[in-house]
Amino acid sequence: MKQKQSTQTDHKPESESFRNQHDSSQHPSMTEGPRMPGPRPKRGVPEGLWLKCNGCRSTIYRKEAEEMLNVCPQCGFHWYVSAKQRIEQLFDPGTFEEWDGGLLPTDPLTFSDKKPYAKRIVSEQKRTGLSDAALTGTGMIRARRVACGVTDSSFIMGSMGSVVGERLARLIERATTESLPLIIISASGGGARMHEGILSLMQMAKVSAALARYSESGGLFISVLTNPTMGGVAASFASLGDLVFAEPRALIGFAGPRTIKATIRVELPAGFQTSEFLLEHGFIDRIISRQNLKSEIARAIDYCGG
Amino acid sequence: MARGLHRLPLEKPIYELEDKIADLETAPLGQQAQEEVQQLRRECADLQKQIFGNLDPWQTVEVARHPNRPKTSDYLSLVFDEFVELHGDKAFGDDPAMLTGFAKIDRHKVLVVGHQKGKTLAEKQACHFGCAHPEGYRKAMGKMRLAAKYGLPVICLIDTPGAYPGIGAEERGQAQVIAESMFLMASLKVPIICVVIGEGGSGGALGIGVGDRVAVLEHAYYSVISPEGCAGILWKSAEFKADAARALRMRAWDLKEFGVIDKVIDEPRGGAHRDPRLMAARLKTFLERTLKDLVSLPIEKLVENRYDKFRRMGAFLED
Repeated sequence: MKQKQSTQTDHKPESESFRNQHDSSQHPSMTEGPRMPGPRPKRGVPEGLWLKCNGCRSTIYRKEAEEMLNVCPQCGFHWYVSAKQRIEQLFDPGTFEEWDGGLLPTDPLTFSDKKPYAKRIVSEQKRTGLSDAALTGTGMIRARRVACGVTDSSFIMGSMGSVVGERLARLIERATTESLPLIIISASGGGARMHEGILSLMQMAKVSAALARYSESGGLFISVLTNPTMGGVAASFASLGDLVFAEPRALIGFAGPRTIKATIRVELPAGFQTSEFLLEHGFIDRIISRQNLKSEIARAIDYCGG
Repeated sequence: MARGLHRLPLEKPIYELEDKIADLETAPLGQQAQEEVQQLRRECADLQKQIFGNLDPWQTVEVARHPNRPKTSDYLSLVFDEFVELHGDKAFGDDPAMLTGFAKIDRHKVLVVGHQKGKTLAEKQACHFGCAHPEGYRKAMGKMRLAAKYGLPVICLIDTPGAYPGIGAEERGQAQVIAESMFLMASLKVPIICVVIGEGGSGGALGIGVGDRVAVLEHAYYSVISPEGCAGILWKSAEFKADAARALRMRAWDLKEFGVIDKVIDEPRGGAHRDPRLMAARLKTFLERTLKDLVSLPIEKLVENRYDKFRRMGAFLED
């Protein structure tokens, strides 16, 4: 169902730092600790010198946090990073080359809830400077060439619609033919994107099928789970890594905590669906903090014959 | 004709007419009364066609969830010559929400995998109303590997509101098993036929839904999320479930239009629950024909076609 693009959307990237701070109110750690009275507290201070940590709520000097790759120097909480920031953090400078940036979302269902999906796409694109929730391409991680995909939780909750699915499938196929190690870093609270209906669900099968072929060809897939990785993303490529790494204290799971609570009507245990919870239950290989991610990916590639 | 205990509001006019016919038939019928009954029967048939030919999306969901709708266990006895149940995931337990076993159909030996909702309250509770746990998907995967080893085609009957959302399910890797199951099915070296017989609820459905042919019964649905779930997130209230059902385009012919399924299997007049035998006969015909087609293909070709089939799904613009 490929169509020619008719209107070029206006891509105006905003500041890449904390302006698009992701809504992490779902994170379990958000329910702990003191809450400010009245309306929802501001997440960070957009233009200022100081930030408020979402994890420990202490006030942090912005520059210090940025030097720490958006990790709180007080409590080690890992804040949102955009897909572009992630690429900057992970790749050797100037080596990343984007693939399939020309794929753009459409509105196959003419879906409309409170807002038409077609309008939502345009406003999300303007707000985030991204064309959809995943960036894919190739680059060097400590001089090792890899194929890499990154999802960005600020674009419709990082959900997977047809563009995310297609970009990832093409990425995986190219990694297969070019025999490249594959890294996918997930930040998707939204799972499969509702606005594209059944087509979004089918992206889970499509990407998983591409990974099956990649695996048969002997390729190494490292899946990195970051806050949040839920629903159809967790239940497809994110869980299929030969190695599965997670950043500390990320929310990771199949069903959303609210859905579970509404179904079983029991308070959820502390730390439920966090990286640490998954490690304890045997579903991830390692928890790796952001500062070490680059070197640990490189190390894993070396072990697996990259 | 099967007369269930449960009547949907949309079925009320049909049952009223049928009650009227039944009343007339209690007394011995004269010539004139017989003609009247004949006429009423024709009207009733027309009414069923009219109502079930114009279900709105939410009504389709109601029919797909109809308590009397035939379930996997019904089709096991009505479609297959034999069913030999196989239990357990060899790791944690035996999830009754996922039925697996050997079966025979038209001289083919096959493996059947199907969601089970249960009939009595006790069964329904044991099956969590058709919501499987990770051990259910692990059981399905284990049996599918067995089928591949011995060349048995796999038939999946999908009927679930979704994979179970609970603490234990998360602890035992609900996301992991659904991902692994799709990964396995994508390259399983035997034919796979999937049929959504009632509810095709999200990842829980797709977890046994990657096949060479995917069919959907006329009044079944298949969706990325339940209409209630979608309404809760996007409309901020489950009361908008009918709006969500409409927006999600989750009905059989929508799915066909999007290229997600291969075939819509017609239901008997008034829905599958009005005539489970006829429904089963149609399902059987579909399965027999499809099996015949698929077993004649070389297995490498089959797996390649399966890959291409899912690879093509999606809608996007390209510069």
